[in-house]
Amino acid sequence: MAVTHPGKIEQTLDDAKLQLAIYAATGRLIAKRQNAISGNQLPDYQELRTHANLLKKHTIENLDYYLEQVETNVVANGGKVVFCRDGDEVADFILQLAKERGSKLIVKSKSMTSEEVDLNERLEHHGLEAVETDLGEYIIQLAHQRPYHIVAPALHMTRYEVADLFTKKLGVERETVVEKQTMIARATLREKFLAADIGITGANFVIADSGAVVVVENEGNARLTSSAPKIHIAIAGIEKLIPRAQDLGVFLKLLGRSATGQPLTVYTSFLSGPRREGEADGPDEFYLILLDNGRTKLLADREKRESLYCIRCGACLNHCPVYRKIGGHNYPWVYSGPIGAIITPQFAGIQQDPWLPFASSLCGACAEVCPVKIDIPRILLELRSEVVQAKTQEASNRWERIAFRMWAWVMRHPKVYEAMSLVAGGAPMINAGPLKAWTSVRDLPPMPERSFRTMWRERTGTVRQ
Amino acid sequence: MFVTCVVDQLFPNVGIAMADVLEHAGCVVDFPEAQTCCGQPAYNSGYRDEARTVATQFLDAFRDCEYIVSPSGSCTSMVSHHYAELFRDDPALAERARQIAARTYEFSSFLTGVLGVEDVGARYAHTVTYHDSCHALRELKIKDGPRRLLGNVRDLKLEEMDAAEECCGFGGTFSVKFASVSGAMARTKIDSILRTGADTVVSLDSSCLMQLQGALSRSGNKIRTMHLAEVLASR
Amino acid sequence: MARDHLLHKVRTALGRSAGQAPDEPPPVYLHVPEVAMEERVRMFRDKLELLAGQTSFVPVPEDAAAEVARILAGREAVISNSPFLAECGVAALPGVRPASREACETAPVGITSCDYALADTGTLVMLSEARLVSLLPPMHIAVVPANRILTGLDELLSILPNPAAATSSMVLITGPSRTADIEQILVRGVHGPGEIYAVITGPSD
Repeated sequence: MAVTHPGKIEQTLDDAKLQLAIYAATGRLIAKRQNAISGNQLPDYQELRTHANLLKKHTIENLDYYLEQVETNVVANGGKVVFCRDGDEVADFILQLAKERGSKLIVKSKSMTSEEVDLNERLEHHGLEAVETDLGEYIIQLAHQRPYHIVAPALHMTRYEVADLFTKKLGVERETVVEKQTMIARATLREKFLAADIGITGANFVIADSGAVVVVENEGNARLTSSAPKIHIAIAGIEKLIPRAQDLGVFLKLLGRSATGQPLTVYTSFLSGPRREGEADGPDEFYLILLDNGRTKLLADREKRESLYCIRCGACLNHCPVYRKIGGHNYPWVYSGPIGAIITPQFAGIQQDPWLPFASSLCGACAEVCPVKIDIPRILLELRSEVVQAKTQEASNRWERIAFRMWAWVMRHPKVYEAMSLVAGGAPMINAGPLKAWTSVRDLPPMPERSFRTMWRERTGTVRQ
Repeated sequence: MFVTCVVDQLFPNVGIAMADVLEHAGCVVDFPEAQTCCGQPAYNSGYRDEARTVATQFLDAFRDCEYIVSPSGSCTSMVSHHYAELFRDDPALAERARQIAARTYEFSSFLTGVLGVEDVGARYAHTVTYHDSCHALRELKIKDGPRRLLGNVRDLKLEEMDAAEECCGFGGTFSVKFASVSGAMARTKIDSILRTGADTVVSLDSSCLMQLQGALSRSGNKIRTMHLAEVLASR
Repeated sequence: MARDHLLHKVRTALGRSAGQAPDEPPPVYLHVPEVAMEERVRMFRDKLELLAGQTSFVPVPEDAAAEVARILAGREAVISNSPFLAECGVAALPGVRPASREACETAPVGITSCDYALADTGTLVMLSEARLVSLLPPMHIAVVPANRILTGLDELLSILPNPAAATSSMVLITGPSRTADIEQILVRGVHGPGEIYAVITGPSD
């Protein structure tokens, strides 16, 4: 009955330092969000959530219209839209452009969409240097790891690990003071920014009526990435569209607060095309890559389509008691936590990691904090049902199917249920596997002498019907 | 009363306590013997056909009741929130489920919301901390009612824990499929309980309490777990 | 090819046809409160200072040059192309050069004005000014006319419903550049300026 899942989970649970790091970091983010959405800070928080949900629903359900609209407007602004069906097409486009322009060095600011298609590896494979410039992303790129968290990629690493990494990879003297480590990264990356031929950013929002992308960040690396090189490429999933610039009033108020408790992040860049006549600086060329990579598959599924509303704030990770125990690297793909648990199976197919939708106590904390009101537990339940129907689980789980079928039959027949009940000493209704799993971390409750229904008959003087 | 399979089989005193409190509040209490389970274990495990079978038994068993009161936020929520989804392709059963859902209440919210009772005249001379069970809190929006009921118990001192709203880690089959994660969640919860100095932890769901009791016992802690009904039935 | 294929897949998934009009979008949700200018100035300063920005106030634009000179304390600076900075004499200060890219790479201070500021978040809004001048130097001084301080984001989006018509780059700057990527320890000035100084010029009533 146990579901096969990566054994690394136990390792993570046994690492006391890592456990503390995850719990403390997510705990701080929870407290910051809580303060930022409190009644005196943001009295219309719930109205904003409702509105954000309506806007996302509307955009997703009319997505073809907004995709064409944004394309028209990007072109009017002097840029170009590149539709890509998968990671290969993204890489092909960038490699071709780099070849035509003679580009060698690419700076990148944080983009989960580019992580999704392993863009750096693909570019490096063809001899281009692609450098992550967000401090956390830079660290995990040096360490050859995946982001641990959607908004805090290096959440799991200590300053001492960073010190060792910088010494090994950058050849600097060992430095454990965080301020000084940050300045080492600043100096190294500043050179990259100024020498880079192409800058690649993500996009938090793609504004249909403006032909623009909006990028939010705290460090300034996305501004540098989109301002210093001659070419700016923004990459976004097709679900990132919102209809109007004015809708930012809703989304920006929710995004920063939900992610890090900030009313606005330090930099919010609204970028609509290349430098114009009379403007002092900015890129000469602007490209917007709009990526499918499985999203149209989700779009076709009415019951789970709302998974595409996500604005990647990471609040569901911070509030998830399972993420807070198993961390980010036990999830099979770049998206971790509750949102990862619902979108990974939908992108990759439920056969890939059938255990994932089951790795939840269904506590609902994720849905409670989601700024766009994605009903994550409901979608997990849908996915569980699909896994069961697809019979993807390993052979041992045939017994689970048989057990549930028998159980349902027993529960449909109250007299059989009573005859078989635990306290009646009949056939135990739970077999040895679950019992062993239960007692591996907990004791069993003391068994009562009589069932409730027996006690009730005694109390009321009734006889068994 | 829908006492739930967990209470029937493992925590019968909770059902008796609930009956005591309801009768004390002037209700005529009945226990339809055809009841078994709400179907949640199968539903949450992805076995919807099996869940429908069991849920249909629930609909049959409680066909004629005026109010259905249950000592579980989770089982109540299964009926009042999830039956609609479960029967979405069967309009006739969906309609029966809708009618029954409208009459189904979790025990504490039946006291405060329907009967308008805030003080049941109980006495319990202990320091107590309250665990918000997830489905009661987030699906049924029950938060203040149980605290008001506890606040009116004579000699009872209520100490809030910092992680009151954090999941205990039970989650049905999650507790065995991911036993180690579930156990780690329980330990975090227990740390929070210990910080309050309470000697009793109270909840609306026996399954959460079974999880907490099991983990408390394993770690050698003497803190008691009690269902709200048991506290309210104490004199 | 990929474009048409992708759009076709989207339409098929949604059951829509090419050229089909969209449903009515939800109404725009913006709320602009009435706040007196003096109060807006006070809020802007409070919010920016909470983020470790510095602020000062001079009663008339003509006083801005002397205030900026005081803050510079002899340091060199690069300055943006904002006409307002020329008008109030800041651009003519000694040691202040136009913000060419090369000059921005080495200058210790960058000076800008701003098109708007947002009181409830302590934010500077730049539409038309050079980008690198507020980004490369470790310190950023912004000369902010009090009458450009709006109540907040909603007012900005109300009076500027289409920023793309005005500029290729609108940036909202809320405090100094910061990171907390290593052990969540806050460090300022990671890529952008670690110091930000807003000189607000009156009158403010």
